[in-house]
Amino acid sequence: MSPRIGIEVSRAISIAVRLADADVIAAYPITPQTHIVEDLSEMVANGELEAAFIPVESEHSAMSACLGSAAVGARTFTATASQGLELMHEVLYVASGMRFPIVMAVANRALSTPISIWGDHSDAMSVRDTGWIQIFAANGQETFDNVLCAFRIGEDPKVLLPVMVHLDGFHLTHVIEPITIPEADVVKRFIPPLEYPLPLDPARPVSMGAFGLPYIYPEAKKAQQVNLEASKEVILRCWQEFGDLFGRHYSPLECYRCEEAKVLLLAMGSFTETAMSAVDAMREDGNPVGLIKLRLWRPFPFAEIRSAVKGAEVLVVLDRALSFGGPGGPVCSEIRSALYNLEEKPKVVGFVGGLGGRDISPEGFREIIERGMEIAQKGSDQEFEMFGVRE
Amino acid sequence: MTKAGDEMTWKDLEVGSIITEPGNASQYQTGDWRTQKPTYEHSRCIKCGLCAIFCPEGCIGPTPEGFFEANLFYCKGCGICARECWTKAITMVEES
Repeated sequence: MSPRIGIEVSRAISIAVRLADADVIAAYPITPQTHIVEDLSEMVANGELEAAFIPVESEHSAMSACLGSAAVGARTFTATASQGLELMHEVLYVASGMRFPIVMAVANRALSTPISIWGDHSDAMSVRDTGWIQIFAANGQETFDNVLCAFRIGEDPKVLLPVMVHLDGFHLTHVIEPITIPEADVVKRFIPPLEYPLPLDPARPVSMGAFGLPYIYPEAKKAQQVNLEASKEVILRCWQEFGDLFGRHYSPLECYRCEEAKVLLLAMGSFTETAMSAVDAMREDGNPVGLIKLRLWRPFPFAEIRSAVKGAEVLVVLDRALSFGGPGGPVCSEIRSALYNLEEKPKVVGFVGGLGGRDISPEGFREIIERGMEIAQKGSDQEFEMFGVRE
Repeated sequence: MTKAGDEMTWKDLEVGSIITEPGNASQYQTGDWRTQKPTYEHSRCIKCGLCAIFCPEGCIGPTPEGFFEANLFYCKGCGICARECWTKAITMVEES
C-alpha cells in the first residue's frame, strides 16, 4: 500500500526524482525552486540516491552540465525558476535540438523588473518556443506524478525530448499537501532504464551539436517539429498507463463542470483549483459555467481544445503572463488562433491576472467570468483586460 | 553517409542531427564560394611552400612535381597565397 503523507510539494518532487533513480542532477539554487535541489543534494550526500550532484556557478552552467550528462545517456534532472530559466535560455534550445531527455521542474516565478520572487507564468511563456515538452501541474500530487511521467515520456525512444514540469512558485512549491508516494519497485517498472541511441562513447565516436549549413538546417528543424508533435501520442499513452498503474488519470486538458456550459473559463496551473470553487458557486446560482484546466502546453493540444469548447458561447481565458504590446496573454492568443478557422466557435475574451504572485480569489474568478460575459456581449475597445489592477 | 548532405531529407537525419561518420566536413565544397582562383607560373616557383603555410584553408599541397597548388574543391579564392608568394608565381584571376 502506497503511503499518503503530508509533505511540502518541493520535497515531494525530490522524492519523485529519487524514485526515478536519476543519475545526474546539476542545479543552481533560486527561490522558489530551492527546496527541490536542496533536498536532492542531501539525498546524494546521505547516500540515499546514487547520483552525481553537480553544484554549478549559474543556471547557464547547470543546463550545460545537463547536456553533457544527457549526452552520455545518464538520466538527468534539474530545476530552476524565473531569472534562472532566462539565464539558461540559449542552452534550452540545444537540449531539445540535440534530443536530450532532460527533466526540469520549473517553479514558476515572475520576471524582473520589479524583482519578484512570487509566482506567475512569464518565465514559462518566455521558453515556449525552445522545443521542450511543457506540462503544467495544478496541485502537489499532479506535480509529483508528472515528474515521474516526464522521465518516462522524455526518454521514450520515439520522443527523446526534454520535459519541463511547471508548478507555481509558492502556491505549490512551498505548501504542504497530502501526496501519495508510490513504492520504489512500481516506479522502477514504470520508468524503464534510459537507452539513448547514440551516446558519447569512445568505442563509437559521434559528433554532437555540429554546424548546420543552410542546406540541412531546415531539415533538422522539421525533424524536431515532427518529433515534438508526435510526442503527444506517447504522452497520452504514458498518462493512460500511469492511470492504470496508479489510479490517477491525466489528460492534455481537463474539463470541470463543462456539461451544457455556455460560458467556459480556461486557466493553467494551481489557480485552476481556486477557479473550481468559483465555478461551483456560479453553478449553484444556476449559471451554466465550466472550467477548462489546460495541462499540456507543448505540444499544444489543438484537437482537445477545439472539442472542449464545442457548444460554448463565451470562452474566457486567464493568462498569468503578459505579452507587452501584443494581443494579451500567450495562452489566449494561441487558443484564439486555434479556434479561428472553426465555423462555430465561442467568443474569446482574454484576461491577464495573477502577475507577480497577486492572488485571485474565488470571488475574483467570478468577477473575471462575469466581466468576460459582459465583454462578449457588448464588445470592448481593448484586446484584453488586466484583472485586479488599481486604476 | 548514404546520401550527400544536400540530398538528405529530414527523415534521413540521425536523432538530434548527430553525425556518426567521422570527418564528413571534408565532403563540403567550399570552393564554390570563390570569385577568383589562383593560377601558377611554375617557372617562377622555387617550391618553398610558403603559400601552403599561409593558406587559411590548408588546401594547398605539393604536386608530384613538387610545385604547390590549391585544391580547388576547397579553395575559397582569398588570394593570401598570391600576396605572400616571394617570387610572384601566383596570380589571382576572375572565375569565369
